[in-house]
Amino acid sequence: MELILFLVFAGIAVAAAINVVVQRHPISSAISLIAVMGSLAVLYLLLGAEFIAAAQVIVYAGAIMVLFIFVIMLLNAGGETKPGRSFIASLLGVPVLVALLALLAFFTARIYPRDTEVHFGGFRGGTAQAVGRALFTTYLLPFEITSILILIAIVGAVVLARKELE
Amino acid sequence: MDSFIVISLIKIFVVFGALMTILAYLQWVERKVIAHIQVRPGPYRVGPHGLLQPLADVIKLITKEDLVPPYVNKVLYLAAPFLAITMALLSISVIPFGPKIQVAGYATYMQLTDLNFGVLLILAVSSMGVYGIALAGWSSNNKYALLGGLRSSAQMISYELPLSLAIAAPLLISNTLSLRKLVEVQDGWLWNWNLFHGFQYVSFIVFIIAAFAETNRVPFDLPEAENELVAGFHTEYSSMKFASFFMAEYANMVTVSCMATLLFLGGWVAPWPAKYGSGYVPVAIFAVAGVIAIWRGLNPRRKRDRFTFPPFGVVFIVVAAVFLVPLVQSALLPLFWFCAKTGAILFLFMWIRGTLPRFRYDQLMGFAWKVLFPVAMLNLLATGLAIALFS
Repeated sequence: MELILFLVFAGIAVAAAINVVVQRHPISSAISLIAVMGSLAVLYLLLGAEFIAAAQVIVYAGAIMVLFIFVIMLLNAGGETKPGRSFIASLLGVPVLVALLALLAFFTARIYPRDTEVHFGGFRGGTAQAVGRALFTTYLLPFEITSILILIAIVGAVVLARKELE
Repeated sequence: MDSFIVISLIKIFVVFGALMTILAYLQWVERKVIAHIQVRPGPYRVGPHGLLQPLADVIKLITKEDLVPPYVNKVLYLAAPFLAITMALLSISVIPFGPKIQVAGYATYMQLTDLNFGVLLILAVSSMGVYGIALAGWSSNNKYALLGGLRSSAQMISYELPLSLAIAAPLLISNTLSLRKLVEVQDGWLWNWNLFHGFQYVSFIVFIIAAFAETNRVPFDLPEAENELVAGFHTEYSSMKFASFFMAEYANMVTVSCMATLLFLGGWVAPWPAKYGSGYVPVAIFAVAGVIAIWRGLNPRRKRDRFTFPPFGVVFIVVAAVFLVPLVQSALLPLFWFCAKTGAILFLFMWIRGTLPRFRYDQLMGFAWKVLFPVAMLNLLATGLAIALFS
C-alpha cells in the first residue's frame, strides 16, 4: 500500500516537475508547481513527517504559490515564445542530468543503508511535538537567526518598494 | 480491518448526506433570517413557509443551460469550481461531532477520521481553497471576474495570518493539535471552555472576523461586490458550476463555524455536567417549541396556520421524546450541543449580513494588517506568557 502510494505520488511529482519546464504559459507552470508541492506533501506524510507535510501545503502550496499566481494574474502575463535552442545544451543536457541523478542516487544509497529510519542529524520523528521540541531546544540559535534573517529581508523589501514609489 | 472500512463508508455516506442537506437548507435559513431582519416574509410559496424552496432551487440550477463561454481558458475554467467545492467539503472529514459511541456492538467515534494534526489539515485545506476562486477569476478572461479573483486571493492571504494566530492561542491552552483532544480537555463546566477558561475573548473575536473574511461574507464580500464587479469571480459561471461555488461558500461557513465551536466553545460538550440535568435541555426546548406550535395552530392568526403549525408541533414533540430514549441519548445529546453551538455562530453570520454594510477595499486590507494582525499577535504573546507563568 505504502509502496503503491509512493510510486503514484513520486510519479506525479516528477511528471508535474517536468511539466513546469515544458509548459509555455506561466499559469500552467505555476499550477504544475502546486501539484509538485502537493505530491511532495504526500511523500512527507508517507515518511511519517505529518507536521512537515501540513507545513508544506500551508506555506508552499498555500501561501507562496498563491502569491506567484497572484502576480501572474496581476501582470496578466501571456504565453512565452519559443526560445532559440542552444546546440550544446540539447547535446549535453540529458546525459549530464542522468549522470547527476545517478551520482545522487549512488551516494544516498551508500551513506544511508536500506533499513535506516529517515532522520535529520540526530532528530527522528515528524510530529508537531517532536519538531517543536527540536526547534526550540537543539536548534534554537539557528531558528532564531533564520527568523531575524527573514525579518531583515522583509524590511529590505519594504524599503526597496518604497523607493520605487517615490 | 473490513469492519473498519464498512463503518468508515457508512459514516462518510451519513456525514456527506447530512452536510449536503444542511448546505441546501442553510440557504433557506439565511433567506428567512435576512427576510425577517428586513421585516418581510422571505420564501413562502414553495411548500409550507417555503420549506421546499431549496429543492426547487436545486432543480432550477440543474436544469439551467450549462454555458461555457468561448473566450475562457477551458481546462482551468472547468477545474476551478471542482477545486473550490472539493477543498470546501474536505475539511469536514476531520471535524468531530461527538464522543465515542456504540452502534450495534461496534465502538466508533462520531468523526470521519481523527488526525493528530487535524487543525493543521484544516488550515492547509482552507489555504488551498483560494485556488478555486483565484483560477475561476483568471480563467474566465473577463475583467470583472479577474478583479474579483485578485481581490479574493489578496484578502484570503491577508486574513489567513490573523486567523492562524487566533487559532494558535487556544491550541496553546489545550496543548494539542487533535480536534478530538481539543474538545476533551474542555469537558465539564461552561468555564472550562477555552473562551472562558483561557480568557480567549480577543482571539475569539479575531477568529470570527477573520473567518468572515476567509469565507468572503458580508461585510468582507468584496470579491463579489455586485455594484462594482457584477458578480466577481463567478460572473461567467452558470448552472451547476455556479452552484458549486455557492455550495463551497456555505461549506466553508459551516467549517469555520465548526472550528469556532471546537476551538472556543467546547465542541459537543454540554455547558454543565449531565448530572445537573443538562441532558434535559434539548427535551425542554423541543417540547416547548412543539407546544407553542400546536397552540398557535389551534388559535390561528392566519387561515393557513391551522394546517401548517400542528404537524410541526407534533414533529417537535416526537423529537423531544426521542431525546429521552436512553439508547440514542449518548449519540444525540453531544450532536445537539454541537449543532446548537455551530448553529448559533452560523446565525451570527446571517445576522451580520443583514446588519452591516460592505467595507471599502483599502479599509479591508488596512484592517487586516494594521489592526487584526497586531491584536492577534499580542494576544498570542500574552497567552504564551500567562501559560509560562502559571502552569
